[in-house]
Amino acid sequence: MSNKMKLSGLTDLLKDLDVESLEGVSIEGDIELDISGGGGLNPAMAYALGHEAAQISMHVANIARMLGYPVDQLFAASMGGLPQAPVAGASRIPELLPAKFDVSKMSEWATPIQEVTLGATSADGGSRKNTVTLGGENALPYYFDAEMPHRNYVTMDVFDMPISMAKSVKENYGDVINDPAEWAKKAVRDFNADMITIHLISTDPLINDTPAREAAKVVEDVLQAVDVPIVIGGSGNPQKDPEVLERAAEVAEGERVLLASASLNLDYERVAKAATDYGHAVLSWTQLEINAQKELNRKLMKQCNVPRDSIVMDPTTAALGYGLDYAYSNMERIRLAGLMGDEELTFPMSSGTTNAWGARESWMKESPLKQDSDWGPREYRGPIWEIVTGLTLALAGNDMFMMMHPTSVQVLKEITQTLYGSIEAEEIDITKWIGAEV
Amino acid sequence: MKINSPLEAYKFLPGTNCGECGETSCMAFASHLIDRSLKATDCIPLVNESKYKKKYDELVTLLAPEIREVVIGVGDNAISIGGDDVLHRHKLTFFNKTALAYDVWDTMEEADLVERVNKIQDFKKFYVGDYLTLDMIAVRSVSNDPEKFAATVKKVVETTEFPLVLCSFEPAVLRAGLEVSAEKRPLLYAANKDNWQEVAALAQEFNVPVTVFAPNDLDLLKSMAKTFADNGIEDVVLDPGTFPTGKGLKTTLNNFLKIRRAGINGDRDIAFPIMAVPFTAWMAHDDEVSASYWETVVASIFTIKYGDIMIMHSIEPYALMPQLHIRDTMYTDPRKPVTVDPAVYEIGSPTADSPLLITTNFALTYYTVESDLSSNGVDCYLTAIDTDGIGVEAAVAGGQLTAAKIKKGLDDAGFDMEKLTHKVIVIPGLAARLQGDVEDETGAGVMIGPADSGRLPGWMEQNWPPQK
Repeated sequence: MSNKMKLSGLTDLLKDLDVESLEGVSIEGDIELDISGGGGLNPAMAYALGHEAAQISMHVANIARMLGYPVDQLFAASMGGLPQAPVAGASRIPELLPAKFDVSKMSEWATPIQEVTLGATSADGGSRKNTVTLGGENALPYYFDAEMPHRNYVTMDVFDMPISMAKSVKENYGDVINDPAEWAKKAVRDFNADMITIHLISTDPLINDTPAREAAKVVEDVLQAVDVPIVIGGSGNPQKDPEVLERAAEVAEGERVLLASASLNLDYERVAKAATDYGHAVLSWTQLEINAQKELNRKLMKQCNVPRDSIVMDPTTAALGYGLDYAYSNMERIRLAGLMGDEELTFPMSSGTTNAWGARESWMKESPLKQDSDWGPREYRGPIWEIVTGLTLALAGNDMFMMMHPTSVQVLKEITQTLYGSIEAEEIDITKWIGAEV
Repeated sequence: MKINSPLEAYKFLPGTNCGECGETSCMAFASHLIDRSLKATDCIPLVNESKYKKKYDELVTLLAPEIREVVIGVGDNAISIGGDDVLHRHKLTFFNKTALAYDVWDTMEEADLVERVNKIQDFKKFYVGDYLTLDMIAVRSVSNDPEKFAATVKKVVETTEFPLVLCSFEPAVLRAGLEVSAEKRPLLYAANKDNWQEVAALAQEFNVPVTVFAPNDLDLLKSMAKTFADNGIEDVVLDPGTFPTGKGLKTTLNNFLKIRRAGINGDRDIAFPIMAVPFTAWMAHDDEVSASYWETVVASIFTIKYGDIMIMHSIEPYALMPQLHIRDTMYTDPRKPVTVDPAVYEIGSPTADSPLLITTNFALTYYTVESDLSSNGVDCYLTAIDTDGIGVEAAVAGGQLTAAKIKKGLDDAGFDMEKLTHKVIVIPGLAARLQGDVEDETGAGVMIGPADSGRLPGWMEQNWPPQK
């Protein structure tokens, strides 16, 4: 019997076959391929036809197999053994052992992290359009043990005078570098900053020694310019900072800012009092030392009567490649201790992620070591250095990020919100990754 | 491991304090077993004398890490993955750093293939006394053609000693790759719900490690791993699927967290190394920079959270450098000292005309400065001031690096300024504000060096010797 049909006809036929009722079906004779259209085969068409023919031959082989014909030996003989089973059928594992995956939640994580709200809207006597709430976690970040109640937030750095910055950072701020208010506006409007940190570095006696009163005016300007919650930072000079932060706290009364920062090497009582007197929160800053962090928090609570809902910790951020391992484990230990009930450590955390720009890999044109492979263009190295530094600490439990580069801010927000679960994306068929054309 | 105190390990040792292991006592040896710096095989009598055989076997079982260790490759280039005992690095340390594999594919032109393999195997970045380098090549079958795949694998094996991952879901393709590379012990990728019987048979026949792939299906993943292990295929790697974006990525992270927690908690059936495939970021992003960035972000997540081996595509330096550094970050032993001893160190062969430099005793800072100087052939005295292991900028801010500390550091080291012809101290650029104080405190001249020690060689050219 000569059976002539089109390929599509044959596939349709086979598709419709009910395998249960194949008894008695026999296929004999040659299958003739009726390829219509002139001009021969183009390679794409040949490939497509070849694919279809192979599919058909598999279907047909399956039918033959069901009918008891030793198809596999036939294939082995004709194709040099390639698709043959690698070992004799007898040693094949016949079936999968059943298994059910199960894992318990962490029962030790019984203490929630304190919630701290920054910013105040008109309803609460402030002028911010929205507030930001940090903390509240019942588990390590993004873990299945408990939903994270609040996403991570990014506060972008603004300085009260031009400072030296990596080239790729500076490019974004050239037009506003002499105007903190405009700088803040740009960060919120163009770069999607959740908050603004105004660093009053010119107050440092070794820089400009700007009087506290004058510095406070800059704070007022920034509060006028943007309606997001703000952080106020001093210059880092332990003698001057308490006074600077007192003045700033006073002019920002009602806005519930975060004062940065109280530390063990300055008069933290004055900073704490400035916060409690004017209704602000205080950043408790220590240097990579969990016991110092406990001590300072304890002093802020017991000695200075700072309410629990007004303390955020900065346990110090070291850049990727420059001590991030210490910063990561320090934060992770602090968060785990908090979740397990250490009341001196149950506070949300903030990271000076901008420190990543101190790493030479983020800003140097090329490696200073001739043995190194080429470092490639620095404009791509810098932002990813800041992103990875921040992301690492996000996974250790850090809540808020002080950052600089717009690209870093955008990517860090995207990744942390992806892990938080608020970003939808088209599902990708990852089973195809091996053959992907990239 | 099943025991956690030296006393428990001691019970299985000879107790003779023979010292053949190099330790002073069996108890000292036992403490090294617990911190995993020595192995049971390092106790020579325990291994050699038949009367200890039973104890030895028991000890080995008790000391076995919770997560199985899988070896890929052979000889000096073999890579071990897995072998962890803790969920957080500060609890002990993470073992066997995440293996970083980069892809090549079987539709590449031969010249491009060789060039890419060379780029991968040659990439290196100097870091505190050593080079950070990549580890493996993953060969993808894009053509699905066994012959093409075999030819590509063969070429890769000829070009590099790096271990391989052979990637295809088609058993015939994997077989073709194995036939030209099995003696290099490549990792098979992968067995899935459709092909697992054939792939398991290949792993058995060629005696190679194998990945099981069950995207977002932990029951199936566990079922395959258990089935393989029960049939003698114990070198198994788990791929629960790496979904690169959206809720899929959140789910992926949680799959990793669940698998590792279950494994550390004692579920032997799932206690295998885990593979992440950040490569999938390339299926979500079109332009190269976005894809490389996202791939690096995904790779970072799974370096931090339990990925033991990863396959990536971008070999741009801005992707490789952070990947290498985050891997080093997570796998640096947290028990190693943070500091170097405060002292004045001689770099190269300094003379009376050589500069006297100041830095901190934070190990990372010290070694960075040290390598910048020695690799550029700068002869000098480098002073590590005791700043409690804090870096320069933070130590100046925190009061751990002061003029008094610098004076004390030089005095304690017994360094005689009078032996220098120039009587000048060079302080770090980030400590510039200390200049006046240091002059007052030491009576020496003080010069301000660059803010980054990488610029010291250039700075020396411009500023050394100092103008009288």
